[in-house]
Amino acid sequence: MNQDVALKPGFAGHIPASWADADAAALSAGARVGVSPPHESAHLHVAGAAPYIDDIPEAAGTLHAALGLSPVAAGRLVNIDRERLMAMPGVVAVFTASDLPGVNDCGPVVHDDPILADGTLRYLGQPVALIVATERDLARRAAALIKDCLIIEPAAPVLTQRAAHARGDYVLKPAHLIRESTEGALERARVAAPHRLRGQFSLGGQEQFYLEGQISYAIPAENDGMRVLCSTQHPSEMQHVIAHALGWRSHQVLVECRRMGGGFGGKESQSALFACAAALAAHRLQRPVKLRLDRDDDFLITGRRHGFEYDYDVAFEETGRILAIEADLIANAGHSADLSGAVMTRALCHLDNAYFLPEVAIHGYNARTNTQSNTAFRGFGGPQGALLIEIVMDRIARALGRDPLDVRRANFYGTDERNVTPYGQVVEDNVVHKIVDDLLADSDYRKRRAAIEAFNRHSEVLKKGIALTPVKFGISFNVPHLNQAGALVHVYVDGSILVNHGGTEMGQGLNTKVAQIVADALGVGFAAVRCTATDTSKVANTSATAASTGADLNGMAAQDAALTIRARLAGFAAQRYGGSAENVRFANDEVKIGTTILPFATLVRQAYEARVQLWSDGFYATPKVHWDPKTLRGRPFYYFAYGAAVSEVVVDTLTGEFSLLRADILHDAGRSLNPAIDIGQIEGAFIQSMGWLTMEELVWHPQSGMLLTHAPSTYKIPTANDCPDALNVRLFDNPNAEPTIHRSKAVGEPPMLLAFSVLLAIRDAIAATGGQGADPPLRAPATPEAILDAVDAVRSAAT
Amino acid sequence: MTPQPIKFYFRNQIARVDGLPTTTTVLDWLRIHAGRPGTKEGCAEGDCGACTIVVAELADAADPAQGAIRVGDLALRPINACIRFLPTLHGKALLTVEDLRSLTDRALHPVQQAMVDCHASQCGFCTPGFVMSLFATYTKHIEAGTRPTRQQVADDLAGNLCRCTGYRPILDAAAKMFEFPAEHVDAAPIASALRAIAAETEEPFVYAAPNPAYPVADGARIDHFHAPKTLAGLAALYAEKPRARLLAGATDIGLWVNKLFRDVGDLIYLGDVVELRAIERDGSLLRIGAAVPLEDAWGALIETMPELEEMALRFAGPPVRHAGTMGGNVANGSPIGDAAPVLMALDATLVLQQGVRIRRLALTDFYLDYMRNALEPGEFLHSIDVALPAPETHLRAYKISKRTDCDISAVSCGFALTLRDDQVASIRLAFGGMAATVRRAREAEAALLGETWSETAIRAAMDALGRDFAPLTDLRASKDYRLRVARNLLWRFWVENRPIAPLPQEETRAQRIEHREAVA
Repeated sequence: MNQDVALKPGFAGHIPASWADADAAALSAGARVGVSPPHESAHLHVAGAAPYIDDIPEAAGTLHAALGLSPVAAGRLVNIDRERLMAMPGVVAVFTASDLPGVNDCGPVVHDDPILADGTLRYLGQPVALIVATERDLARRAAALIKDCLIIEPAAPVLTQRAAHARGDYVLKPAHLIRESTEGALERARVAAPHRLRGQFSLGGQEQFYLEGQISYAIPAENDGMRVLCSTQHPSEMQHVIAHALGWRSHQVLVECRRMGGGFGGKESQSALFACAAALAAHRLQRPVKLRLDRDDDFLITGRRHGFEYDYDVAFEETGRILAIEADLIANAGHSADLSGAVMTRALCHLDNAYFLPEVAIHGYNARTNTQSNTAFRGFGGPQGALLIEIVMDRIARALGRDPLDVRRANFYGTDERNVTPYGQVVEDNVVHKIVDDLLADSDYRKRRAAIEAFNRHSEVLKKGIALTPVKFGISFNVPHLNQAGALVHVYVDGSILVNHGGTEMGQGLNTKVAQIVADALGVGFAAVRCTATDTSKVANTSATAASTGADLNGMAAQDAALTIRARLAGFAAQRYGGSAENVRFANDEVKIGTTILPFATLVRQAYEARVQLWSDGFYATPKVHWDPKTLRGRPFYYFAYGAAVSEVVVDTLTGEFSLLRADILHDAGRSLNPAIDIGQIEGAFIQSMGWLTMEELVWHPQSGMLLTHAPSTYKIPTANDCPDALNVRLFDNPNAEPTIHRSKAVGEPPMLLAFSVLLAIRDAIAATGGQGADPPLRAPATPEAILDAVDAVRSAAT
Repeated sequence: MTPQPIKFYFRNQIARVDGLPTTTTVLDWLRIHAGRPGTKEGCAEGDCGACTIVVAELADAADPAQGAIRVGDLALRPINACIRFLPTLHGKALLTVEDLRSLTDRALHPVQQAMVDCHASQCGFCTPGFVMSLFATYTKHIEAGTRPTRQQVADDLAGNLCRCTGYRPILDAAAKMFEFPAEHVDAAPIASALRAIAAETEEPFVYAAPNPAYPVADGARIDHFHAPKTLAGLAALYAEKPRARLLAGATDIGLWVNKLFRDVGDLIYLGDVVELRAIERDGSLLRIGAAVPLEDAWGALIETMPELEEMALRFAGPPVRHAGTMGGNVANGSPIGDAAPVLMALDATLVLQQGVRIRRLALTDFYLDYMRNALEPGEFLHSIDVALPAPETHLRAYKISKRTDCDISAVSCGFALTLRDDQVASIRLAFGGMAATVRRAREAEAALLGETWSETAIRAAMDALGRDFAPLTDLRASKDYRLRVARNLLWRFWVENRPIAPLPQEETRAQRIEHREAVA
């Protein structure tokens, strides 16, 4: 089918009839990938019949836990009055750090993450005690009293990454990505350059705001075992940390997750504390214990996307082409390392975005603060790296009086030259030129820019702005050994198929895609294939469902398993009916062997009776990737995904409010496995990222360190009204240059970069309030206050 | 007054509930006690909409119920189950996402089928809430024979958060759902069940249950929930129990319980008092009863003052507007409440009642200090009287927040101006978010009153705002921004109402404004 179909604006039939017809035709012709069956749980979601962990009927005797939180951001915990907590209505038990039989740590990489505070209080909201009661409400009420049950020696907290950086206090050693053509070339280029700009930029963090909060439900099992139902992107790691915390071995713990109500990175490492706490209580009490966080506690305990501060110094030519850049990236890591090291590496490796940077020195600092420990969030540092270079491009253009688009194009990676990234990977699959050319034509960029200039000349209060930004995003975990996956496919005697794999379903449609891949491999309809809950007792040693790699890895593993079974069935069929196994065809629930056509289920039964193994495992390890974490050199990414977006905004120069009027997006999902799901990922990431860059502001109290924006009443993610009427999203048909699963590309994270166009369009609109060369000092998130500050600064600079 | 069980229509029969605390939320009852987990908890504070349900009541009881969705004898409203106390459902019907299939005999209701067809669920956790909000939209339009615009759907979904989709496919589903054969709610059996409950309810309704969070020597404290139906009943009850907590929509009190664990004690529910649910129009006087839902109250104001529509839509999302009351917003008296600045600009008067005594007090004189008002013990808000402004009045209401919809204001304001021969004959400038209470900007008003309506005068008023207010910095905005934007809003008021070349709203506001009439 033609995937090059736009979802046009208007308010009837957005998925064009032509597309639906093509989809139906392809389906009936036997296509199972490249078509758009709905999410495998869609009919359950809409009926309230898709169970999340809190929806599963509770085992008899289930108790409920809540966490008592530190009321100070820094200090020493001297004593906890357990008796007072125990005396509260309904309370059954109170646990503290000393009750853990194993290690008091749930850090995913560095072991610096206590499950319960061990004497040192590191942030306001840190769990200090686990209260277990007969009812959740009673557990929460007791936990809320914790502040009256603690003796604390408070200390002065460090609350900003600038303050920690000034003290040189980091959770990990700084990382430096330096590439010079010859030694000292960066400094020479800087000195010789005709133009040079220095500056600072400030970018806030972002709360995942998965709609389903963190939850773990631990049920004791025989012989010192534990079954834990956990909303997590990483069941294997939950298994490991629970075993660690209980002083057990991994085979004693089974972790299961059928689906999450959203993850976005927030349930990669940070589901661990709750899994360990629930398991601790269940083990000590030998009763099922559920720990479901209240939304406010979830905000106060868990970390989120790292906010970044930047200092940069860039040298460039008259054309706007960059000669050299040096930048400090200072991330707010929070109180512990968590995944900050890998986040910073990805930030350093994405500062280039789609641009060739000849002489580079980028310094990454993970500053330690007395706040929640920041963690994975869709993009994983990539957006924080790439946004800086887009701000720099925009500033260069304004300094030179050029259209920012022209400056961007002057800096794009070449295809045969100027194609080596700062970390030494050759960009082999560059399609950014073609995507941008196509999008310029689709979006009428030049004409609209002229129209906007005319509008701005006459408009007294409102100013419009437009911007085009490109995307290049590296795909693979940049820790090579994580790029592996396993799957298990069962074909039952009636021809129905059950698939299990190491990936987790958080709404991204992974199970739908994997089911499509298996249906394709075995030539059956979607009704024949079901995916089951991710379960550490089925596929072992899985990686997190993260880094956009879910379908790339698990899809390949599932295909491997399915093809193994197909080969056995084909061999059996050839033996039974004659001909060669290679010529046996599986399609449309039928098997064709020469002139014989059998229903798939009939062949399966015959094979079973002939004692053919009808289930198989499958495995996949991404080829080619390697990485030296000491020198920051290698090929961390198997391939790159590309895209571009044009956004047009209107800004109210009296209040700083803005509105997104139109967005045009062209995005590379390779040869899409499921165009509707991929478009859903692109649009969802775009709006989510726009929220991060404009309205989602995190505010900590400047003295106490209390996170003041700790619920949806105070932390504002986009609503339906923030999605523009004119949102035109198109897939760029571009079979992956590498042999990925059906030549598709990962699509979860790369579209986060598309919304940079919104922030830069706002900059463009603000610049229109000043004279030639106006350069708005706009921070992110661009709240009304941030925008009005920039408007006022531009205006006062013009007078 | 013998305590009675809570009775409501649920899943084709009458549910009877006894023994659960008075503050048990509808959501907890569904999920924990009824074993119906289709309705989700996302925030437990009425801000995410994952718990959206539809409550139906007899339309005659809900009279005039302009804001409700009418189906036969029923009035339907989408609300948040997470901050709604179960006893308030007595005599009503509860519809949840799990009902939709049984309402229709189809595999899926048109709303659900459209959501599937448009790929409008990803993680699916918010989906039941969206389905119920769309079900409300669907039913409203199917019954009225109308179709919503895209903008109206977006407004109807303002109280539902989705973190996965970016909303486009959900908005598409709202168009697609009308393409299927129409499905109507069968109101008759529900209405007759509600009448049966009404007939067997002893007035006034009282529910009592132990609250295990408050143990006493011989068990748990018994809390009472009273739901009088008449004003006289309310007045007598409150005079007798002046320490009881008055409860209207619970859009704030629900949070006190869920988040702050505040002890609310005995409750007197205003939502069933017929007189307090009335909107009366007498010539140029509009009287809004204290228990009128926000949706209905704003509707009545907008009818004659379309300038207020943006404020009405941005005040809150539909589930909060259908549950919360304008009286509650005014009586609660938050310094950032959005109704008070508008009502103060309209020079509204409050009617207060204590026993049989009734007094009238200008809203301007009602707020004494931060969260403190002029109500005396045992006195309650009866209604809000608004004298509709003369047609030549220049009236505006502005709201500034980080997000357009469903956000608490950094600054909000209501302005009303009349001119006589180019001179300012009357001026009321009321601001929220600028001080410990919502209040008028007297210095700025003085700078304008009697002056020629001119750029010079408005600039003087903008300067004077610095003498009127010394706002605070908090998570929503800095003090500096608050003052700057308050001044700029006066400038916007000027630009929109200046004698020469005034600008229409489309040229002064970034937000999309579209009027609410449905497309037939």
